[in-house]
Amino acid sequence: MSFGPHLLLAFLEGMVQASVLTLTALGLSLVFGVMRVVNVAHGEFFMLGAVSAWWIASLAAGHPAVGFVAALIGAPLIVGAVALAAERLVLRRLDYNPEATIVATIGLLFILQQAALTFFGADARPVQAPFSYRIVFPWFGWSGYKLFVIAAAGAMLIAVWLVLTRTRIGLVMRATQFDRETAQAFGIRVDRVYAGVFAAGAMLAAVAAVLIVPISQAHYLMGLDPLLLSFIVVIIGGLGSLKGTVIAALVIGLSDGMISVFFSPTLAKILGTLLVALVLVVRPGGLVGGQSR
Amino acid sequence: MATVTLLETNGLSRRFGGLKAVDGVDFRLDRGEIRAVIGPNGAGKTTFVSLVAGRVPPSEGSIRFEGEDVTRLPAHARVRRGIAYTFQITSIFGNLSVFDNVALAVQSALAKEAGFGARLDEAEIRGRTMTALDLTGLAARADQPAGTLAYGHQRLVEVAMGLGLAPKLLILDEPTQGLSDPEIADFIGLVRTIAETATVMLIEHNMAVVMDLATRITVLDRGRILAEGTPAEIRADARVQHAYLGT
Amino acid sequence: MSAPAIAAPRKGLADKAILLHVGVLALLLAAQFVLPEYHALSLTRVMLLATFAVGYNLLFGYTGLLSLGHALFFAAGLYGAALPAYHFGWTAPPAFLAGIAAGFLVALTVGAVALRTTGVAFMIVTLMFAQAGYLATLYFGNVTRGDEGLVLTDAVRRFELLGLTVDLADPGLRYNLALALLAAAIAITLVVVRRPIGRVLVAIRENEARTLMLGYDSYRAKLVAVVLSGTISAAAGAAYALLFAYAGSSFASIHYSIYPLLWTLLGGAATVLGPVLGTLIMFYLIDLASGFTTAHLVVVGLVLVALVLFFPKGILGTVRERWLPWLP
Repeated sequence: MSFGPHLLLAFLEGMVQASVLTLTALGLSLVFGVMRVVNVAHGEFFMLGAVSAWWIASLAAGHPAVGFVAALIGAPLIVGAVALAAERLVLRRLDYNPEATIVATIGLLFILQQAALTFFGADARPVQAPFSYRIVFPWFGWSGYKLFVIAAAGAMLIAVWLVLTRTRIGLVMRATQFDRETAQAFGIRVDRVYAGVFAAGAMLAAVAAVLIVPISQAHYLMGLDPLLLSFIVVIIGGLGSLKGTVIAALVIGLSDGMISVFFSPTLAKILGTLLVALVLVVRPGGLVGGQSR
Repeated sequence: MATVTLLETNGLSRRFGGLKAVDGVDFRLDRGEIRAVIGPNGAGKTTFVSLVAGRVPPSEGSIRFEGEDVTRLPAHARVRRGIAYTFQITSIFGNLSVFDNVALAVQSALAKEAGFGARLDEAEIRGRTMTALDLTGLAARADQPAGTLAYGHQRLVEVAMGLGLAPKLLILDEPTQGLSDPEIADFIGLVRTIAETATVMLIEHNMAVVMDLATRITVLDRGRILAEGTPAEIRADARVQHAYLGT
Repeated sequence: MSAPAIAAPRKGLADKAILLHVGVLALLLAAQFVLPEYHALSLTRVMLLATFAVGYNLLFGYTGLLSLGHALFFAAGLYGAALPAYHFGWTAPPAFLAGIAAGFLVALTVGAVALRTTGVAFMIVTLMFAQAGYLATLYFGNVTRGDEGLVLTDAVRRFELLGLTVDLADPGLRYNLALALLAAAIAITLVVVRRPIGRVLVAIRENEARTLMLGYDSYRAKLVAVVLSGTISAAAGAAYALLFAYAGSSFASIHYSIYPLLWTLLGGAATVLGPVLGTLIMFYLIDLASGFTTAHLVVVGLVLVALVLFFPKGILGTVRERWLPWLP
């Protein structure tokens, strides 16, 4: 295969990475933006979404699409419920103290990981794609499902954007993000907003995970990579800035996917993490977002 | 003794957005003075002393201390040169004992004298700390956590920390705010004692305190120096009355 | 999570504190004569990990800087010692010094950069540096042998010192070396917290802006704390590699950044002995838990959550608050 088609393939693979990463990072960014806390267990919500998807799909009979659709609805609900419980039982009692929340969500990370290992096992397990259509390029064939992932992530993104900008829910969220006390004074139930945002953030990660399991399998340790990549994205994109997050996710996802095709994935991650550290040092507000703290 | 200029600012300005909080201030302070800086609310008094202490960087102008340009020095380096600042809003270490609060200041002064890396003598720190506590009448409360003290005493801890630094210039930002009348009387005596060894610059709203203590007064209005002189001169100044009373 | 204050050291009371620490170390010294072999070995491990935690506490407890990347310093010591021992056949003493030197340099570099940030950004920057370090141990797998790790030969662990043949495979010797290292780390912490520098570090934890206005270059003081903390952690890592003849990537993973935080929180941040107690309890808790379940991570997770929720001052922090205000 010559360079041109190879680049096209790398770009397409990168786009799949970027789509999934955008949804995952968006969840982390939403939580940070509104609640001002860093959820270190975010990657485990992603993992939980993938594992739940496998479990739901394995229960469903008949055409693989049935199991997939059931997973696409069921897995985010399971993850949302777990996140909601964690928010009510732990985060709220810590009064969202930033440092205590990080320590507590690290604890949550270990608990979820162990729970998955115990109930799901150490094996990687696949979920069948809902359809197996292949797009045939002149130089190579490509999975039609991957194209579906890109489209679905795009649709999801637009939906989130519409909710945030066009609905009362979005208005309430932005008001809370802007000023917690004032929002409270205007009768907004801030603790409910927080609970909802935390669950929604986790559900976005779960949707991303359901989309990816037919491509890469579900495994109890799969949460760390999306967590680190999401960190990278949220930091480069500007802490709490949604537009910055989406742009950064596309750039990072594409470059990570493409560097991984041409070079070593480990090297790509080393460079990514160092880059993030330096960005935070030089511009604590992130590159795209601009607003600091 | 000939008068020696301790502090001098030239064209000192600070803008916040479009607002000129301090606007081209040329200011001179002689060694041994008790200088009061007064002015209506929003005149730029706190910004001015913050510029001198290095808590806020200037937009323009320069600051000379003991003849040397300190405009670019960070705050902690200016403290080591001898400029001490006590906070308007009490900012002490609430969880630490009164002793530790003041010992931190003493230790900083000792480190300046001994040079970097020298071993500090804990007995010397103790001695000087207790001296500062005796002077401010806090000795009996040395072991109490500073945060549990009454407000007036917390203000005194601030002053004791300023003293502990053994400064050449002690800046007091609204030191009598929130104090009762007997406390203010004690405080005036304390400032007189401090002034025997250090130059004092104080921002103060209480005119009785200002007129009683100050050797000279500088009046700021809208970021500029409106008038300067002895208490008697300032009292007689028509522009000052106008600025204050708006008549 | 503000840790409790240290009391002003007083004559007499301070001597009581010294007595307590010497007593604890003497107890550990005596323990080797009564403990069965299995527990003596466990305790050797605990003492090395406790040294790591004591180093961590200097930064987290006393200076108030929460690092999520201390695995990097532990691993710097681990590999700093193991790599020359494995590849060049260095014996244990120079390898140990190389590990400490590596930790010192890494801490100085990372500290100089990371300390430009504060709060949550500092936590994430340290996490990222440690992750880059972990990935590097995997990426340079032909040198480090990645997850599989390096196994040191007995030859590098046997050496002549002052005419005596020392063999690090000897369990009794290992126990006492680990104890010596822990004693050194405790002594350093005690000296630091009772000297003027300790007062400055605590002041930075309590109110950095005010500390600055007292004439302290807080950046420099924090850098001293990072370097000291990182170097002690590296010494623990170097000793671990040499005493247990193994260095692997897992010691650089995020888990080894979380453990010292957990141990310190459990025992009590900003108490000298807290990290030691925390390490001991956690080690045996996991040891016990693994008797009836393989799910030891869940224990770690639950303890972390429970600590921040119900017990933020840890065991010795609470003891100090309620009963022993003189505890350093």
